[in-house]
Amino acid sequence: MLAAIGLIILGKQFHIMLGNRLDLDSSIDYLLAIPQTIIGVFKYEDIQLTHAAIAGVVALLIMIFYGKIRNKYFKFFPAPMWIVVISIATSYFYELVLKEDHPIANEYMIPEIPSGAEIVTSIPVPDFGLMGSWAFWASVLSLTLIASIESLLSIKAVDQLDPQKRRSNVNRDLKALGLATISSGFLGGLNVVTVIARSSVNVNNGGTNRSSNFAHAMFLVSFVWLFSSQLTRIPLPALMAILVYTGYKLASPTLIKKLFTIGKEQLIIFFVTLLTTLFIDLITGIIAGILITFIIHIILNRNVLLFIQNLLKPNVLMYKESKGNYYISVKHFCTFLNFYKLKQQLDLVPEDQDVVLDLSLCQFVDHTVLENLNGYQSVFHKRGGHFEIIGLDMHGAESDHPFALRKLIPGISFITANLTKRQNTLQEIAEEFDMTYAAEKTQDEDFLDSFKYFQFKKVERVYNRIFNNGKQFKIFDIHYSEGEFITKADVKTTMLNIKVNRILPEFTLDREGFLERVYGLAGFKDIPPIENHSDFSKRFYLLGEDTHGIQDFFNDDLVRFFESNPYYHIESDGHSLLVFRSDRTAGIKEIKALIDFGKRLHKIVQKAV
Amino acid sequence: MTSHPFKNIAIGVAFSPNLKANLHEAARLSLLFNAKLSLIHVGEESEEKRNRVEKCLLTFKNQSLDYSIDFKSGTPVDVILTHIDNKNIDLIILGALQQENILTYYLGSIARKITRAAACSILLLIKPSVERQVCQHIVVNGLKDDHTPETVQMAFFVANALQTQRLTIVEEIKESELSIKVDDDASLRKANLQREKIRRQEDARVDRILDQIPENYKSDISIEKQPIFGTRGYSIGHFAQISRADLLVMNAPGKMNFWDRLFPHDIEYILTELPTDVLIIR
Repeated sequence: MLAAIGLIILGKQFHIMLGNRLDLDSSIDYLLAIPQTIIGVFKYEDIQLTHAAIAGVVALLIMIFYGKIRNKYFKFFPAPMWIVVISIATSYFYELVLKEDHPIANEYMIPEIPSGAEIVTSIPVPDFGLMGSWAFWASVLSLTLIASIESLLSIKAVDQLDPQKRRSNVNRDLKALGLATISSGFLGGLNVVTVIARSSVNVNNGGTNRSSNFAHAMFLVSFVWLFSSQLTRIPLPALMAILVYTGYKLASPTLIKKLFTIGKEQLIIFFVTLLTTLFIDLITGIIAGILITFIIHIILNRNVLLFIQNLLKPNVLMYKESKGNYYISVKHFCTFLNFYKLKQQLDLVPEDQDVVLDLSLCQFVDHTVLENLNGYQSVFHKRGGHFEIIGLDMHGAESDHPFALRKLIPGISFITANLTKRQNTLQEIAEEFDMTYAAEKTQDEDFLDSFKYFQFKKVERVYNRIFNNGKQFKIFDIHYSEGEFITKADVKTTMLNIKVNRILPEFTLDREGFLERVYGLAGFKDIPPIENHSDFSKRFYLLGEDTHGIQDFFNDDLVRFFESNPYYHIESDGHSLLVFRSDRTAGIKEIKALIDFGKRLHKIVQKAV
Repeated sequence: MTSHPFKNIAIGVAFSPNLKANLHEAARLSLLFNAKLSLIHVGEESEEKRNRVEKCLLTFKNQSLDYSIDFKSGTPVDVILTHIDNKNIDLIILGALQQENILTYYLGSIARKITRAAACSILLLIKPSVERQVCQHIVVNGLKDDHTPETVQMAFFVANALQTQRLTIVEEIKESELSIKVDDDASLRKANLQREKIRRQEDARVDRILDQIPENYKSDISIEKQPIFGTRGYSIGHFAQISRADLLVMNAPGKMNFWDRLFPHDIEYILTELPTDVLIIR
């Protein structure tokens, strides 16, 4: 469904991005007209339209390449902000330096915000004349669905980001959203849910309660009020590029590829929903998607009775075992149709508890459920609990279940045979250093949780590991993400983790100060210069809580070691060190250097007591 | 606590493939409970039928089993119900299908009709066996109900007669007893405190019931208590299934009407899904 919305957005805005305003009937027509518009760009007779198209394309390029560039100055603003800043700057450049008119046609600029009096007079009177028509209810249902789904997804994402590990009140959020939608509708407005972008910025900057939201709203109002004239300097095509990119992200080919790896039936469901939505409308698309999913489930099981007989019966049992953990058992089947029953029980368990979910009495478990359970698993994991799914092992064996049940159960590899050249070399390095190499993804990634660096980051997977016998010294590729949803940025890099047989002070050592903010949230502060080592203090930023402990720890040997060796970012969580340098996966040579650096550092740290 | 609750045991005899297994179970129980076994068959009396039954019970006759066979005609449910009244039957044993299909659910199988109407205790057998299978685990309900103490006592009696080692008392607590709705982390904390409190209260109540039970009945059995928050009647059935209970002992239900059958609740869940052998105490 989101993919369909993505395509609708992309289809409609693509033309404006290239300076071609169209008025077509259905969403599919817009998509089909895209090639025509692209050819049309080269035939514009009006130079102003060409400029508009250039602005759109440049903005789109910024959106696409923003995620790929890891530069701290560049990252100072998010990509859409860069577009706005560059647009306004260009406009001033023309006005003040070249003393020319703006090169883009006026109709492709953001129109001026009307004055207060105008706004008041143009407030429409609510008119329920179309209430009897299908179009009315289709719009109502679509708006409700989109707004709620977006809001719910955002809550889920924000709860995962929250450093205080709270759980949001979903009902209250939906009530507020409903109220806001109704009142803005009465004033002729269309509400927009921007929670995720705002919330991830809030979280990243240390906001923890609703006052941060309020501050944002006030800022927005005052911005519109004070700087609205600047907004007219932004070309529409540049803004449309943001939407086109968002639309593309919602319906990207990687998404479809991912679906295919889950199972062929997911593709059928996906395309039925997508095409129905594009050709008819959103509501019909959703209904068609639900129906086709249900029909596929029946065909897969060759059993209608399983679903019909048991749909309304309770099927979930939860109790606290005498050992103190929660035990949940599900009977009959567990699919999107009755997942809510299981969810009700799961939501009653605090996330720092241990849960065993037994699906052995379930004849059928679908992809939706497993995906959601996976989500629960990661939340429990993050908050110190444990969430284990048992009883699915025999499902694959009992019958040749076509669902990718096994694939979604963590702990089972995602790559096995067919290693890449880099992986083969890693294997050689491992042998060379007398260590073990493992290519597949590991579940054993909790050792990262104690590092402050990961407090706002989500570890997606740890793979390509090289480790020694006791796993005290391990190098691994890691894929983690910051932010969620459309602001999500993925990072893949290589790190080294060394366990030390002594207590270390918690600290972080970095050459640049830009991480200060992240660690500041965790209570880390600047450590005053270490005696006799002013050069070291000048070159490195050392942060931590326990000033004396850290100053004692950084003795002459250690300081000299850091001064004379290549620079790495180093963090200690009290009993192990995390060492890494760049924001990308390390090459073979760099890995060798990292191993060498780590070994020598290990020796010095171990020695210095 | 009565030392001899079941004096007359009856079993409905149908000449099905399960006949021998059903008869063996009934005979064994009668011997264990020191009771008289009364067999009732709905249909014409014939020498051949009588011989088949006699043949099945031969081994038990040698162990001095006291039994009688009656043949009566009429509708099965009525015949069995009048038989229960006439002969002062304390326990009726019925073979049941493990899961009723959707058709018989509304028509009502004989076993279920009797379950609803009989004035005595009922044992529903889902997996009768010719050889004796040791009953290792009994699950009994610990509902907040007037009949519960009696049911628990009976469960202990049966457990001792069958030499069961493990007995679990399941206290089902309705979700509706929780006044706090879980919305966010604050209400979750409160709700869990409340649950803990209710759990303790329930445990105390069950402990009082256990205190009434003579020590010699309890000494050889490992007793567990398991509070469960969930749909009444359903949870205990599901629990019996996953804890591999061999016998589930339940209170008899109150009066039921058509709507109760349409929208199942309490014991109806167990009757439709029969997780294991079920003993309903009345």
